Amino acid sequence: MAHAPDHADHVGHGPAHHRAPIGMYLAVFVALMVFTVLTVAASRVNLHQWNTPIALAIAVIKATLVILWFMHVIHSPRMTWIVVISSFLWLGVLFVLTFSDYLTRGWPIY
Amino acid sequence: MANPTLHDLQHPGSEEAHVPHHPFLQHHFEDLGQQHEASTLGMWFFVAQEILFFGGIFAAYTVYRVMYPAAWSAGAHHQNWRIGFANTIVLIASSLTMALAVWGAQGAKRKFTTLMLVLTLFLGMTFIGVKAFEYREHIHEGLFPGSAFTYVDHEHPELTRGVELFMLFYFIMTGLHALHMIIGAGLLIWFIRRSWRGDFGEEYYSPVEIMGLYWHFVDIVWIFLFPLLYLIH
Repeated sequence: MAHAPDHADHVGHGPAHHRAPIGMYLAVFVALMVFTVLTVAASRVNLHQWNTPIALAIAVIKATLVILWFMHVIHSPRMTWIVVISSFLWLGVLFVLTFSDYLTRGWPIY
Repeated sequence: MANPTLHDLQHPGSEEAHVPHHPFLQHHFEDLGQQHEASTLGMWFFVAQEILFFGGIFAAYTVYRVMYPAAWSAGAHHQNWRIGFANTIVLIASSLTMALAVWGAQGAKRKFTTLMLVLTLFLGMTFIGVKAFEYREHIHEGLFPGSAFTYVDHEHPELTRGVELFMLFYFIMTGLHALHMIIGAGLLIWFIRRSWRGDFGEEYYSPVEIMGLYWHFVDIVWIFLFPLLYLIH
């Protein structure tokens, strides 16, 4: 019977996971809409070399909102955090190694 | 107990074996909570490889954009940002309805969950329909790369080949994104059926959660595609 008390709490119960209030989803949606309008507005103004970095920064913020709240990473176990963070770490490796080669060759720009 | 199961052997004297299992609890998990964690973690491993799959294409896009900035700008001017903007709203709205479907499943709201899944499918198909309309316009303009590419930039003829390269990236990136959405739409049809049948509830909503992870990931890809293909100054 050594194991029974440990498991008895869980048997018949579903995942003891966080259920966010519905208002949270609506708030994230509104924030995503605001940033979408912002990204279009920013692209209509000539900010020279800053247009693309600003557009990408807004996209990163939007993606972070989706990952943390729509995809529930904020309330997920540590193991999920490790997979999420390491996937972006490897994406960073992919970008850094590719760009440190191709973007530093001094090829002519057309 | 004439034929002890592996579970009985590993947990001698355990009474659990006699407790009726939830119909969707697989035998190799202790309980639905553990099953849920394993399922979502497995899905995140899949999403991680999807991030790198699209990441490689984004890296290639960046290298060629740095090499041909003027052609990229000229190519982006063939995109109608108003249509792209409208479609972005449609897709983010579909992410909201998908998230609400998970929320509904967690609360065992069968009709609400099914309705949200139907709405997600409807918004997803709207997005695909608009995309198809855009593709038709591009092909009509002679902007489909390869032998069908008949477009010539009259103001800057030297940009023509670069515009073709931009359009190649455009069709590959939006095409792969659309393919993911079509697969997602197929999954949604199956999920609508399961949800209506009453498969999901407070105890068991992992499939809806995982469906959500896939759908939101596809949404995130578009969040980056929209400014990179439509909004180049």
